[in-house]
Amino acid sequence: MQHTIERFQEQVRSAAAARRPLRIRGGGTKDWYGQRIDAAGGETAILDTRAHAGIVDYEPSELVITARCGTPLAHIEAALAERRQMLPFEPPHFGPAATLGGTVAAGLSGPRRASAGALRDFVLGVKLLDGKGEVLTFGGQVMKNVAGYDVSRLLAGSLGTLGLLLEVSVKVLPVPLAGATLRFALGEADAIRKLNEWAGQPLPLSASCWHDGVLALRLSGARAAVDAAVRALGGEPLADDARFWQDVREQRHAFFDGDAPLWRLALPPATDALALGPQLIEWGGAQRWLRAPADAEADAAAFARRMRAAATAAGGHATLFRGGDKAVGVFQPLAPAIARIHERLKAGFDPANIFNPGRMV
Amino acid sequence: MMPTIPVDPERRRQVAAAMRAVLPDRCVLADPEDTRPYECDGLAAYRQLPMVVVLPDTEEQVLAVLKVCRELHVPVVPRGAGTGLSGGAQPLADGVVISTARLNRILRVDAYSRSAVVQPGVRNLAISEAAAPLGLYYAPDPSSQIACSIGGNVAENSGGVHCLKYGLTVHNVLRVRVATIEGEMIELGGAAPDAPGLDLLAVFIGSEGMLGIVTEVTVKLVPKPAAAQVIMASFGDVASGGDAVASVIAAGIIPAGLEMMDRTSSRMVEPFVKAGYDLDAAAILLCEADGTALEVAEEIERMAAVLKEAGATALTVSRDEGERLRFWSGRKNAFPAAGRISPDYYCMDGTIPRKRLAHVLERIEQMEDTFGLRCANVFHAGDGNMHPLILFDANQPGELDRAEAFGAAILALCVEVGGTITGEHGVGVEKIDSMCVQFGARELDAFFAVKRAFDPEMLLNPNKAIPTLNRCAELGAMRVHGGALPFAHLPRF
Repeated sequence: MQHTIERFQEQVRSAAAARRPLRIRGGGTKDWYGQRIDAAGGETAILDTRAHAGIVDYEPSELVITARCGTPLAHIEAALAERRQMLPFEPPHFGPAATLGGTVAAGLSGPRRASAGALRDFVLGVKLLDGKGEVLTFGGQVMKNVAGYDVSRLLAGSLGTLGLLLEVSVKVLPVPLAGATLRFALGEADAIRKLNEWAGQPLPLSASCWHDGVLALRLSGARAAVDAAVRALGGEPLADDARFWQDVREQRHAFFDGDAPLWRLALPPATDALALGPQLIEWGGAQRWLRAPADAEADAAAFARRMRAAATAAGGHATLFRGGDKAVGVFQPLAPAIARIHERLKAGFDPANIFNPGRMV
Repeated sequence: MMPTIPVDPERRRQVAAAMRAVLPDRCVLADPEDTRPYECDGLAAYRQLPMVVVLPDTEEQVLAVLKVCRELHVPVVPRGAGTGLSGGAQPLADGVVISTARLNRILRVDAYSRSAVVQPGVRNLAISEAAAPLGLYYAPDPSSQIACSIGGNVAENSGGVHCLKYGLTVHNVLRVRVATIEGEMIELGGAAPDAPGLDLLAVFIGSEGMLGIVTEVTVKLVPKPAAAQVIMASFGDVASGGDAVASVIAAGIIPAGLEMMDRTSSRMVEPFVKAGYDLDAAAILLCEADGTALEVAEEIERMAAVLKEAGATALTVSRDEGERLRFWSGRKNAFPAAGRISPDYYCMDGTIPRKRLAHVLERIEQMEDTFGLRCANVFHAGDGNMHPLILFDANQPGELDRAEAFGAAILALCVEVGGTITGEHGVGVEKIDSMCVQFGARELDAFFAVKRAFDPEMLLNPNKAIPTLNRCAELGAMRVHGGALPFAHLPRF
């Protein structure tokens, strides 16, 4: 593997010398995510991470797995499943080629996010190739570590703008012993209210999804806890629920069909129903998906403004997650003081501005 | 121990006058008899009289203080409740201490959104007390939670017994409002998940007061478990206790608390707390389950089976809440108990992979002979965070130096086995030299890049936590190879 790293280093150093941007790319399953890379009119070379693959270390009793960036996410999950463990943040793959590095760089979490935590909560350590072609190590394989700044978590969700994640150590958890999914016929407002009330009670909630008058609620935990919750909550049990949650995670649910631009509103979970059109609501109310009218090219900017205004008013933010016209801005703009900190961090880790420039802006 | 540096009286007059121009008189302390209580935090072996102490009442005053510091180029040391154990709040002779003690209001506790908005000076335990009527609590529970403040917890990313199951501060804080040294208010994170941009909240938490001054914190509240029960298990040797911990985790159980004490520790605390510990056991393991009553019963049964299988020589399950608290009382009082049997003690804090526990404890035992001092071990077994307590007598010439050398050797051992020099106490001034053992020049350089991104003039808590390359090289610990040192052509010595 050393020669692969050396190859990456050469590629980074020559890109830095020429000030030519590099697109860091694993399986390419999330190419569509984020702002377009700013190649300043020139070509964007690809830094392909897939040759740097393999699980480096996995100790089930330590609850930690360490793997190289190009390792397929499916391999990691299979290795964990053999020991009845899992990635608690249930990352979306968006295609069979998804890699661990891409998953961590994208920073996206799946259905369990509201109860278990986000991807970044489980990143313990990284090995990073910075913009000077140097290999740096942050964090480690232990759960409690406050030596130095937590750069590992800073890199989670950084969309490859600070460097190439060569290796990542992630905390894992046991697969819950029991599970069930219940379905309730509920309107949007009632579903949001119920989700927030339930979340304040000691119930083994592990996922929620509301769409079109139906709320699906997943329970996971000890047998006794799941059984008691099923009795207490009522609702209709859903058979084959694993498939259902996987479809929600991978956006294969019918709501996501078609090419209409997909917007994601991240909100305080207790935000009331927003009269913005049909939605799919996850994470106990904190994640709300919306489709923009596909044929309204001219109105894309107006729609974006509406999404941003609604999200901001509720104390959240809106992202043009997939499709649509990126000219309206993919991410909610940052406050100037925070943007300045971003610029300095970028300059510190990637002084020649070669890694995915502009993708996060 | 570091020598105390005298404060320049002229400079003190100048800075105090500038502070009094922006703060009420009662918020500015400049006389040595008033500033004396601030000369150290929980690491009392290191003392330094600050130049001036300010205690702002409002966020606007915090900004005004920072403006004065910027204009006069005065370094700023933030201070919460002063319970930190690594000297992170140690004052500077030419610096201002900004205390958050008066920013101590709970602004909102909301059951529906399961969150609380509090000022940084609010005590950790006070948040849970305020949330208790709603059936909620704030999960991270450092042992000092009765006194430590949430602002300090944010600075140190504090943990506690619950963090294996419920996470550290970084997992339980949703948002912080921060006054930057450049004079602006910024918000990191938010009540909505996944704030846009880089995760600055994650890097801010645990940054030891070096990136900004916290003026408000939104914390996550979680449902209070209906029931909790603890198993006390005895082991004939430390290694089988360590293996039992691995077996519990490997069996798919995440206990609400999983703590270990060695015989020195249990014998040290038992006369003090009368917890009923098995004093013949080489190690005692405390394993807690929480949840609904049924859930707890199920988990206790599974844990008991695993512990027996792993060679526990005795098992006692707490029968009621009183007994549960008594079992925990010894673990929670290990530090004060050490103070009763030894004139001084030095509490270390390192984290190791759990599987290396037996090896590490064996090596520590050998070090007891090498350094001629005793060491008691209490251990957050669930997450590998060790707290060796080195017992010494500062009145005996050389003992403090030996205790410090012993501590540094333990931390080097933690790094050697794949762990870290601090799990929850921070680096502060105490472990700054041990940072050179864990990190190389490139990582330290990157840390400084992070620091400069928030604090370009390096005014916030300077010379803490992140050692300069110069310092590491002087210590002889920096692993510098060929061209690995950035800007190797620059003179550094």
